[in-house]
Amino acid sequence: MSNVPADLKYTKSHEWVRSLADGTVEIGITDHAQHALGDLVFVEVPETGRTVKQDEPCAVVESVKAASDVYAPLAGEIAAGNPKLADAPETVNSDPYGEGWLMRVRPAAGALAAAELMSAADYQKVLAAEGG
Amino acid sequence: MPSREKVIFEYSQAGRGASDQWPHHPGSAALADLPAKLKRSKAPALPEVGELEAVRHFTRLSQLNFSIDTHFYPLGSCTMKYNPKACNQYAMLPQFLARHPLAPESHGQGFLGCMYELQEMLKEVTGMQGVALSPMAGAHGEFAGVAMIRAYHHARGDLKRNEIIVPEAAHGTNPATATMCGCVVREVPVNSSGDVDLAALKAAVGPNTAGIMLTNPSTLGVFERGIEEVARVVHEAGGLLYYDGANLNAILGKVRPGDMGFDCLHMNLHKTFSTPHGGGGPGAGAVGVAARLMPFLPIPIVAREGERYRWLAESDLPQSIGRLSAFMGNAGVLLRAYIYMRLLGRDGMRAVGEYATLNANYLLKRLEAAGFEAAYPERRASHEFIVTLKRQARELNVTAMDFAKRLLDLGFHAPTTYFPLIVPECLLIEPTETESKEVLDAFVAAMSQIQKEAQQEPERVRTAPHTMPVRRLDDVRAARHLDLTWTPTTQH
Repeated sequence: MSNVPADLKYTKSHEWVRSLADGTVEIGITDHAQHALGDLVFVEVPETGRTVKQDEPCAVVESVKAASDVYAPLAGEIAAGNPKLADAPETVNSDPYGEGWLMRVRPAAGALAAAELMSAADYQKVLAAEGG
Repeated sequence: MPSREKVIFEYSQAGRGASDQWPHHPGSAALADLPAKLKRSKAPALPEVGELEAVRHFTRLSQLNFSIDTHFYPLGSCTMKYNPKACNQYAMLPQFLARHPLAPESHGQGFLGCMYELQEMLKEVTGMQGVALSPMAGAHGEFAGVAMIRAYHHARGDLKRNEIIVPEAAHGTNPATATMCGCVVREVPVNSSGDVDLAALKAAVGPNTAGIMLTNPSTLGVFERGIEEVARVVHEAGGLLYYDGANLNAILGKVRPGDMGFDCLHMNLHKTFSTPHGGGGPGAGAVGVAARLMPFLPIPIVAREGERYRWLAESDLPQSIGRLSAFMGNAGVLLRAYIYMRLLGRDGMRAVGEYATLNANYLLKRLEAAGFEAAYPERRASHEFIVTLKRQARELNVTAMDFAKRLLDLGFHAPTTYFPLIVPECLLIEPTETESKEVLDAFVAAMSQIQKEAQQEPERVRTAPHTMPVRRLDDVRAARHLDLTWTPTTQH
């Protein structure tokens, strides 16, 4: 069973969201997602300053099996992309909820509520339904 | 299986060579006239081997191949069917080989006639009104198709239509094509039976819809049952329907994309019409269109006027999206497809679709009976089907990739692995119509043997292949540290 930290929020498309003290949110892909993709060989993160809509593809994670879009869980402005991933994409596999974060987003007004993110318990149910 | 073959540089000995491969005019005036700055400062690092060594090296390399002429090759979505030798024989007639592409039309009436008849046969088999042969691969044909859809909307002054809808099960080339053509991709899900989610489709279409790209049968190996409703929804929204012809083999002679409501399609002649492919080419991605897209077809196209054939060019089709390749594309591949269709005839073509589907369904039922899990057990297979090994991965820690590698040891090319992306641990298996029952039974026996090994000695499967010239390759390291050039370390 994959690791689903209780203090994070989740999307159906397997992103996690962490609220940071400075008002931004940190976003990555879940342990389940990194496991399903397998060893990552390339990660593309968005440029700082780009505005994204909710559900807009804004990053790419690629393994030898597949390339997948990562969708913005909420609308906002990119505050940072993780600069380490260009040279060390495997960080997403080894530490998906920590050093392997993909981007930080400054949410647009009301975007966090509008995103209707899932609790860890609800995300667990999604995984169970997928047979994972 | 022979052992690994060395790189030809490793055979090199200074001063060796084959006299008939030397330049004939090493000191010619043309070379002497080259400006000094264009000349090499030192000789290129070429291998120096005798003719016999070169022959043996390349013959041994060719013997390492898994090919359709040597092995069962059930690579799903790729239609690796047998290429009849007659097609090759006739396409290699000296009159075809010696034809210069710049020769006047009057000197190539035979070739032009073949291309014209090929256009006509492809129209009939797909239910389309116009065909152009020049795109050189499936993705090239897709590019032509979406470019025509855009040109159609633009010609009507409908400039805002820039969204292409793509089901989540689509080939990766579909969203890539849409993006290359300057469109935005909108993905729609498929339901649990493998059909397009119609409610999601209805929500996705609108005044910005340029069209939808659809494969039918889909990459899930099942026929899209809602196709008529899909066509109605997209057309009513003002969009056009693009048919990805990758899976045309399943419906050949039975159902026509034109009759399903598609406006545009590409055909992978190198799949459905049995021309050699693999390793990146050469392909042929002819496109077909309904009447409203005919003005936009890429040139050249062959027209018949009385008893004469001629090329249609810019002056005949001023709204054409243009030329996509030099001359006629891969003319030799087009000839092979033409001969294949002529040899089969109308009834033969129908039999292709029937046997391709029969073989796939037979193989699916036998694998299910052997304990393998079909991804869509309630659905009849098209010309291919998906087995999911997620149970083996979970319970035995033996993955689809491990099965695929072990199949090589047992004398079978692996099926497509991990595609489509929405089915975990999947093998996409396409036997094609040209395989016998005995071969299909042998494949089931091999899969059953691997299943037994996975239970009793899983390490044997996890570390496969064991009998190939190279063992399991580190594909992750290869992707992370891309290095495609072999450099001689010591110059002899």
